[in-house]
Amino acid sequence: MAEADADIIVRLDGVEKHFGAVHALDGVDFAVRAGECVGLVGHNGAGKSTLMHVLAGTLAPDKGGIAIGGAAQSGYTVTLAQALGIRCVFQELSLCPNLTVAENARINHASLKGIGWRRRAGDLILAKLDEIFPGHGIGPADVVRDLPIGKRQMVEVARAFTVTIDPLRLVILDEPTSSLDAQTAGQLLAFVRRVVADGASCILISHLLGEVLENSNRIVVMRDGKVIAADKAAAFDRDKLVTAMGAAGKPVRVATERTAERDSTTPIRIRARPERQADGAELVAHEGEIVGLAGLSGHGQTELLLAIFNGAARRTDRIEVTASVALVAGDRQADGIFSLWSIGENIGIRSIAQLRKGMLISPASEDEFAASWQKKINIRTPDIRNNILSLSGGNQQKALFARALGSDARIVLMDDPMRGVDIGTKREVYELIRQEARGGRTFLWYTTETDELEHCDHVYVFRNGRIVADLRRDELTEEKVIQSSFQATG
Amino acid sequence: MLAGMTPRRLLRALLPALSLTLILIGIAWLNPRAISYFGFTLMLNLAIPIALATIAQMFVITGNDLDLSIGTFVGFVGCVTATWLRDEPLFGTLVLVGAIGVYAALGALIHLRNLPSIVVTLGMSFVWQGLAILLLPKPGGKAPDWLLHLMGFKSPWVPFPIIAAIVIAVVAHIGLMRTSYGAVLRGAGGNPVAISRAGWSLLKTKVAMFALAGLFGVLSGMALIGITTSADANIGNGYTLLSIAGVILGGGEFVGGRVSPIGAVIGALTLALAASPLLTFMHIPPDWQVGANGAILIIVLAARALISRREG
Repeated sequence: MAEADADIIVRLDGVEKHFGAVHALDGVDFAVRAGECVGLVGHNGAGKSTLMHVLAGTLAPDKGGIAIGGAAQSGYTVTLAQALGIRCVFQELSLCPNLTVAENARINHASLKGIGWRRRAGDLILAKLDEIFPGHGIGPADVVRDLPIGKRQMVEVARAFTVTIDPLRLVILDEPTSSLDAQTAGQLLAFVRRVVADGASCILISHLLGEVLENSNRIVVMRDGKVIAADKAAAFDRDKLVTAMGAAGKPVRVATERTAERDSTTPIRIRARPERQADGAELVAHEGEIVGLAGLSGHGQTELLLAIFNGAARRTDRIEVTASVALVAGDRQADGIFSLWSIGENIGIRSIAQLRKGMLISPASEDEFAASWQKKINIRTPDIRNNILSLSGGNQQKALFARALGSDARIVLMDDPMRGVDIGTKREVYELIRQEARGGRTFLWYTTETDELEHCDHVYVFRNGRIVADLRRDELTEEKVIQSSFQATG
Repeated sequence: MLAGMTPRRLLRALLPALSLTLILIGIAWLNPRAISYFGFTLMLNLAIPIALATIAQMFVITGNDLDLSIGTFVGFVGCVTATWLRDEPLFGTLVLVGAIGVYAALGALIHLRNLPSIVVTLGMSFVWQGLAILLLPKPGGKAPDWLLHLMGFKSPWVPFPIIAAIVIAVVAHIGLMRTSYGAVLRGAGGNPVAISRAGWSLLKTKVAMFALAGLFGVLSGMALIGITTSADANIGNGYTLLSIAGVILGGGEFVGGRVSPIGAVIGALTLALAASPLLTFMHIPPDWQVGANGAILIIVLAARALISRREG
């Protein structure tokens, strides 16, 4: 190990990071050597992004050690990471839209100052853009907000590779090609191979497995906050990666007595086609069905749910909804709860029409309504009139379910509602959903947790805003979902 | 500077100058004699303090905040200038420097406690007003002589307010738009997460923005007293909204770090012209002058919205 350690740029030992009940990183050992490109793959919530933030110094780990160039680091920060030569291209763009390209380059280089800094910053970024993306057509005086998203990503990538006084030893690229067309993506990957050949290192995170397989020397597979496979890239192929990302071919349990057969006698409740769907594929949901929306997060599932929600009020040519709709938001704090209201008011808001007495809301019937739902789905609180924030995250989510299920809506849309919810609450809610479905309600359930798909009668897998697979319950395996979520080639 | 701009962005950048030109044409049509050395000196009499207050507000808006206390702060500075700064220059200077320090501390407070700047500065506006009334319960005091001489300066050919406005615009433009730290300050308004990920302190940028606002607020109050010669605790109250209007007229936006110092000064000039005492002599009632300010603001914002919509 001793001689192999000499060229290790960064090493993580047993790094852990928790967000509440969620173990984003659960004891990760990870190392990058000089002159290698490490591919990092994993399904939703595997911990890739958290790992990257730890490496970049933007998140401090709860436990475990970071060593850069063989020296253990305590008090590891962004500034230190930069001084040690670690750069990051984040998936959500981190350019300042109100600044020019040259000014954005300056933001990352504290040494670009004094007379003539604009020209030097402009020259620096332009030279790197020319090197990576010949014929890019970007000027250093262009304001970033005026650039299309693809060009912004080019600037972001080029900026990470610019060098002033700090060395460049490791560049972490998170989905660097997501907004690039095939040609520029090819230019970038060719450049990455050149940089690696010159002795710098890269970590490449991508959902395009072909991209990872072709450009990495070594591939690390993560699942549930742990590294579960790490080997030379040549030892993997697409199927092996897919198998490793799932739990080694674990079939999805067919847990309930519900039949998988599509009953054509029940009426169709929803018929919807994603905006970017080129072929004729569409999502169909019958009465009493639980339909799952799967795939990597951010690939058009939420957009379709919102389109269906809007479609219920105003029919469009690609969305047809034949019953009333309620939405259970995924981002509780932003879209779900009214944080100044009581639990009862939060539950009753969707059903306010039934809780009226003349022109006014009747507090008595609101309390009664809330209390009945509190009992029904077991919201743990001494008093339903307490503020909603007095509840734990899981119980807040239950209140949101009560809001939707207590309403007159025949269709319930769920936007990844179980994020950060403990397992006990999840089980209770799953049972509730099955009960309600038996009672004739239709559920559309976007989830990033593959385990939850086992509760669905039918699963649609999304990629790049399109439906790419349409799986019946009896055909559903985790492997198939991952296979469809990840693309073979760029 | 204008190189590489799309026609729409150019149009957007020229909009403040265009509105100022239209106002001037309007005035020239109403009274051709107003377009003269003397006319401009009279009409733009109060433009210097308004421009300085607008620049102060602009620094705060760059960081996605709003300063509702700048008006009463200008009034407070005015009272200090007309009393302590004249009678005990050293103590007066210390008080004014301390006031800038208070502004910087407010920036730190807003950042560290994650407070809404509107609430903090609204509270501070009453503090400044109270201090000003304690200091000068009745209108009075007198500006220091050197300040009277400075503000009463008669420049050859070009009226002094215009020269002063150009100097203010150029200094603020170089400071915020051309220096390397100015880019970081504006970036902190555009994408704070990116700035902190690049290793900059958001606390420092916030403190710098508020300290600069305090500095320009002090300059505004002093300039105002240099023109009016004596002070009144309520003298600056109108400046809060005028300064916000000036920044927005000049092409700034409330969020996103998108501001223009030159535009802000032009916006301040536009508002100063529309409210100038000369209009009263042209038989335009004062009520209509206030209305004129509002109308200008609405028309310019509507024009900008139209341009931006086509942009998008």
